[in-house]
Amino acid sequence: MFALTPTIRKRWSWRSRAVRGRVYQVLLLALLALLLWFLAGNTARNMAQRGIQSGFDFLLQPAGFEIGEGLFDFEASQAYWLAFLTGLGNTLRTALIGIVLATGLGSLLGIGRFSRSALLRGLCSAYVELFRNIPLLLQLLMWYLLLAEALPPLDAPARLGLLTLSKNGLTWQTTPEAEPLFALSPEFLALTLGLSLYTAAFIAEVVRAGIAAVPRGQSEAAAALGLSRQQALRRVVLPQALRIIIPPLTNQYLNLTKNSSLAVAIGYPDVVSIANTAINQTGRAVECLVIVMAIYLCLSLATSLLMNGYNARVALKER
Amino acid sequence: MTAQRFAPIPPRPAPARPVGAWVWLRSRLFCDRGTALTSLFIGALLLYGLPQLLDWAILRANWRPSVEACLADRAGACWGVIAEKYRIILMGRYPFDEQWRPLLATGLMVALLIVSCIRLFWQRWLVLLWLGVLATVFLLMHGQVLGLSPVDTDQWGGLPLTLLLSSLSIALAFPLALLVALGRRSALPAIRAVCTVYVELVRGVPLISVLFMASFLFPLFMPQGFSIDVLLRVLTGITLFAAAYMAEVIRGGLQAIPRGQIEAAAALGLSWWQTQRRIVLPQALAAVLPGLMNNFIAIFKDTSLVTIVSLYELTGALSLALNSDADWRPFKLEGYLFVALIYFVFCFAMSRYSLWVEKQLNRGRVR
Amino acid sequence: MSDPIIVFEKINKWYGDDFHVLRDIDLSVAKGERVVICGPSGSGKSTLIRCINRLEEHQQGRLVVNGLELGDDMKVVDAVRKQVGMVFQQFNLFPHLSVLENLTLAPIQVNQLSRQDAEENAMEQLARVKIAEQAHKYPLQLSGGQQQRVAIARALCLKPQIMLFDEPTSALDPEMIKEVLDVMSELAAQDITMLCVTHEMGFARAVADRVIFMDQGQIIEQNTPHAFFNHPQNERSRDFLSKILGH
Repeated sequence: MFALTPTIRKRWSWRSRAVRGRVYQVLLLALLALLLWFLAGNTARNMAQRGIQSGFDFLLQPAGFEIGEGLFDFEASQAYWLAFLTGLGNTLRTALIGIVLATGLGSLLGIGRFSRSALLRGLCSAYVELFRNIPLLLQLLMWYLLLAEALPPLDAPARLGLLTLSKNGLTWQTTPEAEPLFALSPEFLALTLGLSLYTAAFIAEVVRAGIAAVPRGQSEAAAALGLSRQQALRRVVLPQALRIIIPPLTNQYLNLTKNSSLAVAIGYPDVVSIANTAINQTGRAVECLVIVMAIYLCLSLATSLLMNGYNARVALKER
Repeated sequence: MTAQRFAPIPPRPAPARPVGAWVWLRSRLFCDRGTALTSLFIGALLLYGLPQLLDWAILRANWRPSVEACLADRAGACWGVIAEKYRIILMGRYPFDEQWRPLLATGLMVALLIVSCIRLFWQRWLVLLWLGVLATVFLLMHGQVLGLSPVDTDQWGGLPLTLLLSSLSIALAFPLALLVALGRRSALPAIRAVCTVYVELVRGVPLISVLFMASFLFPLFMPQGFSIDVLLRVLTGITLFAAAYMAEVIRGGLQAIPRGQIEAAAALGLSWWQTQRRIVLPQALAAVLPGLMNNFIAIFKDTSLVTIVSLYELTGALSLALNSDADWRPFKLEGYLFVALIYFVFCFAMSRYSLWVEKQLNRGRVR
Repeated sequence: MSDPIIVFEKINKWYGDDFHVLRDIDLSVAKGERVVICGPSGSGKSTLIRCINRLEEHQQGRLVVNGLELGDDMKVVDAVRKQVGMVFQQFNLFPHLSVLENLTLAPIQVNQLSRQDAEENAMEQLARVKIAEQAHKYPLQLSGGQQQRVAIARALCLKPQIMLFDEPTSALDPEMIKEVLDVMSELAAQDITMLCVTHEMGFARAVADRVIFMDQGQIIEQNTPHAFFNHPQNERSRDFLSKILGH
């Protein structure tokens, strides 16, 4: 015999939460799709009207402009994709050096806020407040101006061994007339200096907050055991502070990488600057901007993954 | 061991602490050898550097707007460049005769910001006030009503433009950020995915690329025949950018609300929207107010980037004022310092206010 | 009784300008004596014992620990801290170091022991508190009772003459209190001077030589445990005991 089982009929009632949820989602997706279709249609029409072709094939064509500096020389006859690569190299160069300098200076400033000397504390606070409250663009323009005036003239450069400092930047060459083995332009120097000093102020705050977040009982236990202030800081407080500092520190590294895009304002050929030139020459705004955004998204992702990995490695072992 | 006789001791005030300049200095600068050495070193640096700075900036500076006087004495700062060019720096390319309008607009906006900071005014009608003042400022600057002559948006510049862009983009970004933050925590997968993609996409790219997108792509997005104002384009770009960051801050606050609050609201029969409006959001927003202030300060500084897409706000107006005039160009540094001072005053005030708000909020939590 | 190892003479302490937290404390603890301090919260008991190793600073009066007078001289404070061990309510173990590293940190850094000697000493102390098998675990991997026993072993590694306990069992689940109290009772039988702030009256009755009752910054009554618990002389002590022993 069949057992009597009640049939459960699906009720498509507006009162059901599941139904409403589905309706909302479908509505949202439909709206987005409509918007995208509208925008894409307009774009295609406008580009056709202006005679701009679309497609990424322009990357293989010769660029037609030179790039002043980079890990390797770039001639006008080389392809656009190589230009973007040079730009990426420039971005990475300034970002990596900036990260190292900013971390070093920022950590010192952050720890300095806990010094017993009121002068040192005041100086670190003043630095942080000053550099955090002025826009980065303005700081970069000022450093560019100061370097342009302060660097020694070409005919009387400053020398330290093989290093030469002049209005051409910092170069490493055997004699004044020889080809420099490597050269850092004044634009690079201004950008890296400005980025490092600016980001160091933010890193100082992150370090300070991390140290302050370590429970007071830890320093008390260290003191009760007879450890000196230095020993307690090095062996008990800082290792624990490091774990608290890593996520916001990652954020600052990402900010520095993104801020390097301001290079376009002082003429340093980073990837955004190259994309700007490419857009002006080919009119392919969509493609170039997609390339730039994709590059930055990859950089962000890579940095986040690296820091998450480091975070996992140093995490406190719990049950 | 016998029990002692007990006599209650009433509390006494603390003994007066030793005062005097030497004691104050000793406790702050010379507590031990290491500290003393540090203090002396920094003291020496300051004694070397500060007099030179004061000499350049104040004692030997030239205050009169005369190129000859400034060129004659290069050992001092030339603040005359400010006296000469301050109207272009502060107002941009706005027509000279009509500059009372951006001045009034600036005053209104600063007053609006100050009023928003005072707790007394945190009422429902504050939202209407914001909309009202911003609309008035817009009309004032644009003209074409009440007999005011029309002024195109690409002639707006300087401090009013900075304030307008910041306030307007924050005002527009806030509701969007709220929706996106709530959407990211939604149980509906499509809504959550869309919000997450938006936030991660926007936070992963620099503001410049968003501004370039606004500048180059938005005209392409418009149907044929429509042209969109450069100011509106830039405003949209900054708003979308700001909303992503604010959404993350708000989401942090939402996550900090214990689940028990939502369960209690559900037990009382409140709907999802009612719970969010009356229980979750008031607590979450109060908790993240300092974080939102940081966002505002960041947006205020980021408006300087619109220089790169040819809107001459404060930083750009400076280049405008000095690049075209070869006489005053050697004194660009003084111009930069003046603009930096303006930014510093605004941003420092906002960050102090944010610290004060944080203290106020924590006072309610300490027993 | 043997000569006093800790002497408080008219000790006064204020928090800020107006909170008089310790009022005219006169106390003397003999070598090898075991003292339990009890009283309502806010009475200044923790502040009193924290003054002994200068985690709190007194403003008036004289405090002498093992012949050294505590004051602003950091060298004297360092010398005192080598002879005084402290166990905290929140354990305060270093979570980024293993149990063994927690114990060897101070002997190596402060007493300049070699790593081998420090580790040998550490394993001895861990055996003393019966937790030697957890030497290579990390603090957050242990239960509360185990963590507190490790904290006691850590304080013992410096071979102190005085042990201070600041409410050692107040943060523990009830079933773990006994294991910590057992360790403390064994320590008490080994001739070490102990000052213990605690609410555990059973422990006080069994182990203490003297019970001190404090309220509002003053020592109200001090007596042998038998006399204090059975014949409290002061009305406030009676009141307190009825609240603590009542339920």
